[in-house]
Amino acid sequence: MEIIVASAIGVLTAGGIYLILRLRAFPVILGLALLSYAVNVFIFATGRLKVNAPPILRDHGDAIYTDPLPQALVLTAIVISFGMTAVLVMIALGAFLEADHDRIDMTAADTAEATKKETGA
Amino acid sequence: MNHWIIAPVVLPAILAPLIAFVMRHDITLARVASFAGTLGLGGIAVGLTMLAAGGETHVYELGDWPAPFGIVLVLDRLSAMMVLLTAALALIVLFHAVATGWDSRGRHFHALFQFQLMGICGAFLTGDAFNLFVFFEVLLIASYGLMIHGGGRVRLQAGLQYVVMNLAGSTLFLFALGTLYAATGTLNIADLAVKVREIPLEEAALVRVAAMLLMIVFAIKAALFPVQFWLPATYANAPAPVAALFAIMTKVGAYAILRIHTVVFGPDAAAIGGLPGTWLFPAAVVTLGLGVIGVLGARRLMPLVAFSVVGSMGTLMLAISVFTPYAVTAALYYLVHSTFAAAALFLLADLVVSRRAGGDVLTVRPPTVQNGLFATLFFAGALGMVGMPPLSGFIGKLFVLDALRDAPGMALGWTVILVGSLLSIVGFARAGSVLFWKSTAATPDPEVETAALPKTPAAGPAEVAPTMAAVAALALLSAFAGPVTDYLESTAGQLFERTGYISAVLGQNMEGEP
Repeated sequence: MEIIVASAIGVLTAGGIYLILRLRAFPVILGLALLSYAVNVFIFATGRLKVNAPPILRDHGDAIYTDPLPQALVLTAIVISFGMTAVLVMIALGAFLEADHDRIDMTAADTAEATKKETGA
Repeated sequence: MNHWIIAPVVLPAILAPLIAFVMRHDITLARVASFAGTLGLGGIAVGLTMLAAGGETHVYELGDWPAPFGIVLVLDRLSAMMVLLTAALALIVLFHAVATGWDSRGRHFHALFQFQLMGICGAFLTGDAFNLFVFFEVLLIASYGLMIHGGGRVRLQAGLQYVVMNLAGSTLFLFALGTLYAATGTLNIADLAVKVREIPLEEAALVRVAAMLLMIVFAIKAALFPVQFWLPATYANAPAPVAALFAIMTKVGAYAILRIHTVVFGPDAAAIGGLPGTWLFPAAVVTLGLGVIGVLGARRLMPLVAFSVVGSMGTLMLAISVFTPYAVTAALYYLVHSTFAAAALFLLADLVVSRRAGGDVLTVRPPTVQNGLFATLFFAGALGMVGMPPLSGFIGKLFVLDALRDAPGMALGWTVILVGSLLSIVGFARAGSVLFWKSTAATPDPEVETAALPKTPAAGPAEVAPTMAAVAALALLSAFAGPVTDYLESTAGQLFERTGYISAVLGQNMEGEP
C-alpha cells in the first residue's frame, strides 16, 4: 500500500509541476489543483497508513487506531485550496479578458505597452 | 488568561464582514469604520506591548484547551512589537488611501484591508505552526484582492503571477508541515521545540528536510534569492498604498524565520545545528546584490523602490543569518526601520506619479507644481533607505555591520553591504535628479505635455501627512535609538531564552529543558 500511495503523490506532484511550468493560465490552474491533491494525500499519510482503524481510541490501551489529527489538518487544507482555486480562476479570467491572452509571464511587449500608455507618447 | 491577546485578530475579523456587507454602498461609513478599527487596533497593540514589556510570555488557549492539544496564541515582546508595527503602518497607509481616494477606485478596499490586518496580526501572535499556515492564507487571500484593487491590464497580469507564486508557496508550506508532523508528531511551536531536541542526530534527516522546506516557504514571503522574483513586478504594479502596506508582508516572512528557526530549529538543536544560517547567509548576500543592481537598472520609479525593498530584505536577512541575540537585535532595529522607509517611498512615489507627466518613467519631464516639497520628501526617504545619517537607516546598517563582525562571512557581508549602499546611493541620486532637479530645466512641449498631464490637483496637507509621518517615524527611530535598542535587546534575549517560551506554553509540569 505504501508504494501505491507514495507513487501516487509523486505522480501528482510531477504532473502538477509540469503543468505549472507551462505558464498558461488554464494549465497552471490545473497544475496547482493537482499539486494541492498531492499535498492533501501527503498530509493524510503523515499520520501513518492504517486500514480499518477508527480515528478514535475506543478501548484504552491495546486498540488499533489511526491518527485523527492529519485528517483534521487535511480538511482545513482542502477547504483553503478550494477557496484559493476559486480566487485564482476569477483573477485569471480577469487577466485574460483584459490582456486577450492567457500567458502568466509578462513579456517585454506588455511592459513596453504599459509604459507607452502611461507616458502618453 | 488575558482575552486582549486575541483582540488584534477578532476586531478586524468582525469589522471586515460588517464593512463588506453592511457598509458597501456607503464609502464614508466604511472609511469611518475602517479608521475606528485601525485606531482600535493601535490602542490594543500599545496595551499588549506594555503587557509584554514586563518580560513574561503570555499564552491564550483557544477554547481553553491546554497546549499541545489546542491552538494557542502567544504574546511575548517580539509578537507584541510586530503587532504594534503593523498597527502603526496600517494607520499611515489607511490615511493615505483615504486622502488620495485610492480606496474608492475599486470595491471592498476597506474590508480587504481589515482582513489583511487580521491575517498579519494572527501570523505574529500564533503559537502553532499549522495555525501560522492558516493565517498566512488569510493575509494572502486579502492581499490578492488588494493587489488587483483598481484593476487595469498590467496590474491584473502582475496580480495573477503573484497569486500563482503564492499558491505554489502555500502547497510547499503544507508539504513542510506534513513532513514535520510525520517526524515529530506535533505542530505546536513550543512542543516542536522540545521534540526536535529529543531527536538524535542519526535520525534527523526528516526534520532537517522539514526545516529547510519551511525556510524556503518563509523565503518566498521574505523575497529572498532564489524566490525573490515575484516582488518587483508585484510591488511595482500594486496600488501604491497597498505596496506600502505590503512592506510589512515581507517582514512576516522574516518574523517567521526568526521565530521558527530560533525557537524550534535553533542552533542549539543537535538535529539542525547551523544549517539555517549556512544557507541563509549566501541567499541574503545574493538578494542584497540583486536588489542593488535592480535599483541601478530601474527605468521607472515604482520598480526602483520595489528593488530597494529587495535590497533591504537582503540586509535584514544577513543580520538574521547570524542567529545570535546581538545580531537579532540589529535585525529587529533594521526591520522596523526598513518597514517605514519602504512605506514612505511608496507613498511619496504615489504622490509624484499621479501628478507628473510621464507617470513613473524616469525621464526628464517638466516639474510638478510642488516640486520642492516632493524633492525634499524623496531625499529624506532615499536617505533612510540607503542608510545615510541622520535617519535611522544609518544606525540600522551600522548595527548590522557590527553584528556581522564576529560572523564567519564577515568580509563578504561587509563588502556586499557597503558596496551595495554606495550603489543604491548612486541609483537613488540618479532617480532623484531626473525626477526633481533636471526637470526644472526641461522645456515643456505644450501640445504633448498638456494632453499627457494628469489632472490631479496639488497635494493638500492631508495627502502629504502620511508620507511625512512615515519619514518622521524614521527620524524618531533615529532620535530614540537608545531606548528602542534597549527594548529590542530584551526582545532578542527573550527570543533566545527558549525555556521561558516553552514552559509558558506547555506549563511547568512539562518542562522542556533537555
